Amino acid sequence: MDKNIIAQLEKITGKDGVLTTPEDLSVYGYDGTFEDHRPDVVVLPRTTEQVSQIVMLAARERIPVVTRGMGSGLAAASVPFQGGIALAMTRMNRILEIDEVNATAHVEAGVVTADLQTAVEKLGLFYPPDPSSIRHSTIGGNIACNAGGPRCLKYGVTGDYILGLTIVLADGRILHTGGKLIKDVVGYDLNALFTGSEGTLGVITEALLRLTARPKFARTALVEFAALEDASRTVNAILSAGIVPATLELMDETAIACIEEALHLGLPLDVEATLLIETDGADEASVVREIEAVANICQETGARRVKVAKDESERAKLWQARRSVSPALARKAPNKLGEDITVPRSTIPEAVRRLKAISARYGLPIVIFGHAGDGNLHPNILFDKRDPEQWAKVEQMAAEEFALALELGGTLSGEHGVGSLKRPYMQKALGPVSLEVQKRIKAALDPVNILNPGKVFPD
Amino acid sequence: MLPSGSVSKPSKDQYLNCIRCGLCLAVCPTYREYLSETTSPRGRVALARKGLEGELELSPNLARQMYACFDCMACNDLCPVGIRPADLALEMRHVQEQIQPAAWKDALFGGLIPKPGRMEFATLPLRLYEQLGLRRLVYALGLRKLFPGKIRDLEAMLPQLPQRPLRQVLPEVTQATGETRYRVGFFLGCAQSLMFAEESAASVRVLARNGCTVITPKETVCCGMPALGYGREDLVQEQARHNIELFERADVEIIVTDCATCGSTLKDYGKLLADDPAWAARAAAFSARVRDVSEFLLTIPLEKPRGRLEALVTYHDPCHLRRGQGVWKQPRELLKMIDGLEFVELPEADWCCGSAGSQLITHYETSLKVLKRKADNIASTQADYIASGCPGCQMQLNVGMRRQGLDVQVVHPIALLDRAYNGKKEK
Repeated sequence: MDKNIIAQLEKITGKDGVLTTPEDLSVYGYDGTFEDHRPDVVVLPRTTEQVSQIVMLAARERIPVVTRGMGSGLAAASVPFQGGIALAMTRMNRILEIDEVNATAHVEAGVVTADLQTAVEKLGLFYPPDPSSIRHSTIGGNIACNAGGPRCLKYGVTGDYILGLTIVLADGRILHTGGKLIKDVVGYDLNALFTGSEGTLGVITEALLRLTARPKFARTALVEFAALEDASRTVNAILSAGIVPATLELMDETAIACIEEALHLGLPLDVEATLLIETDGADEASVVREIEAVANICQETGARRVKVAKDESERAKLWQARRSVSPALARKAPNKLGEDITVPRSTIPEAVRRLKAISARYGLPIVIFGHAGDGNLHPNILFDKRDPEQWAKVEQMAAEEFALALELGGTLSGEHGVGSLKRPYMQKALGPVSLEVQKRIKAALDPVNILNPGKVFPD
Repeated sequence: MLPSGSVSKPSKDQYLNCIRCGLCLAVCPTYREYLSETTSPRGRVALARKGLEGELELSPNLARQMYACFDCMACNDLCPVGIRPADLALEMRHVQEQIQPAAWKDALFGGLIPKPGRMEFATLPLRLYEQLGLRRLVYALGLRKLFPGKIRDLEAMLPQLPQRPLRQVLPEVTQATGETRYRVGFFLGCAQSLMFAEESAASVRVLARNGCTVITPKETVCCGMPALGYGREDLVQEQARHNIELFERADVEIIVTDCATCGSTLKDYGKLLADDPAWAARAAAFSARVRDVSEFLLTIPLEKPRGRLEALVTYHDPCHLRRGQGVWKQPRELLKMIDGLEFVELPEADWCCGSAGSQLITHYETSLKVLKRKADNIASTQADYIASGCPGCQMQLNVGMRRQGLDVQVVHPIALLDRAYNGKKEK
């Protein structure tokens, strides 16, 4: 990169905010996928004002700006395929205000989600979105990908908690949206527009988040099923009975085996599937009543065993297990391709059946786990990328997974985003009219195409 | 690019399987302070891989990133895939030494550190500084303030030094008080002997009081951790063979040490020499016998201490004890045996203190940042004592307490137990 531009960047952030060695560049070229491409420079801003100046410079010089948090994304959305500036928001990590009366938190984009949760829970408040990466992902990244998580079944996704945003636009201007308001219908809903925009419309630098009361009680059950089909049928049986658990998570046998190998928690190894179900609320008796009702339903639908966690440490272990699934799969194969298709929940048993069929047809394992309660499944194909034959199969299998999701009335991604990996399937998922509308929005907000270019839209 | 052939390299499993999930970023002390990928375990694994596969040069800057790791092993413990990024950083230092050997390391890690006599001579000025009353003078006259900042911090590391290194004072055989129920070998670490002699003397007293006849071979050499930390795995192997042979001759059931770092290194001799057919079995047998002093004490019937210690005590987990050896309950249990002592758990007790052996010297700024977090946590407990069974941690904590002006005594847990055994009532 031009020395003059480096010097200008250093003037904006100070020398320690600009990284240029080959070593620095090469570790900012990846996220949580297998994709990799070096940026030309890494910049770590500390204020919205700095971001604004950086983007202004980039716009003038036509340099791509690829914003990232902690790089845990699963769609290669923050991989700088065209080089340019990797804009790492991790040092903007201040919690600016927690307003207990209005139940809001004003934070910078680089705040780690778990840190925010700890801070608000000390005050009896609650920030529900809980992607498995809560400890190694940032609020800014969560918003840019509209992250979900197990609790979304009851509490909704990241986007449901955004009251306002501070955004640096493609020309460097600073846009403030929303406020400490639950209801606000003045003008277009810009919060919603920027949520899930994956760094293509603006750089999110601050967020005003909605908080709720912390549920005081929770009960967690691990339910074992001899047949995966029974587990997937049970999901609907529970939800149709008028119970809304906080979470309803499915893990198949391979997923359980991988976690057990990594964590040694004493999970059952002779079942085809487990459901991890949690009820929560402000009243202990009703939380207990709900988990008991859930247990009864499970027994009716063929559960082999229902085990309710005895105490907080048992409960913490179960959740540690669930959060470790995705990375623990790497014990089984050098590579994995984890998708997060979403289907209407009535079709979950059918989706599971078809995924199994794809796996059998191609002869590569597909591990199935995910947020069954909201129809968001994580089929993970296990393979070795060094084997070209396997890699070719994997691409076809992924295409079939997406096709089945669309056929069942679902979509490509529930919470990971499109990034670079799902671009080829966008045409099919959205159709020409929707794509054209979205491209016009992109062109209106980023006319010179410097913000995360080449992402989301098909070529 | 790596020269092919004789260079010993990390196993491919150590880096190929990294799926770059990023979990390790959450537990890394250096990432936490700098918030940049380059300072994270995942970043170091990526650099190692790219360096070994030829995508990056094995440049001095790449090696520097490997030395920036504090080897606290929190990432090792957490990685769901089973990669050990902290170990990989050490292995990469070894790779670097093989392609670009640093001559001074031969002198320091081959010629000085494993020679107890030379170490004792080299550290004589420090003992004189204290014994001739110079240190008291420096403090009394406020001269410490005139030292440049870094020297002031290094000075603050010093505990009250012994008149003579413990190696010269401790008998080869310390008889058990009463009947001998166990014949125990004692591995006297260099730092313990030179700096924390009174604490190791206390360890031996506590062992003897509880039915152990303690054999302390005097010709032990450095466990090898310093050399390992500086990429000289080859030297560690020599030191390991020497120590193994020595304890074989001592004919003991158990080998106890009160230094967290020595303990974790000794327990690794089996792994270190696994590929050496002549030594693999002997090393494995040796390692299987090694115990941290707190770990061993809780496996035998213990006499209840008669004394009282009216104090609020907290405990810092040395990385080499908690993660290196899986020992963390035992030191707490021992402290709780003491009447009058109120134990308070330290927030983030197992987070690195920033010592990492010599990081305060080599990575001064980072080390102080990590230390500040620890010192703030200690201050929040309002404890009178911070106990920790590691000389490196103790020296670092001394600096932390001095820097923040905290009146908290840094102490080995066994030293407190020993005081309680001596039966005094203390406030």
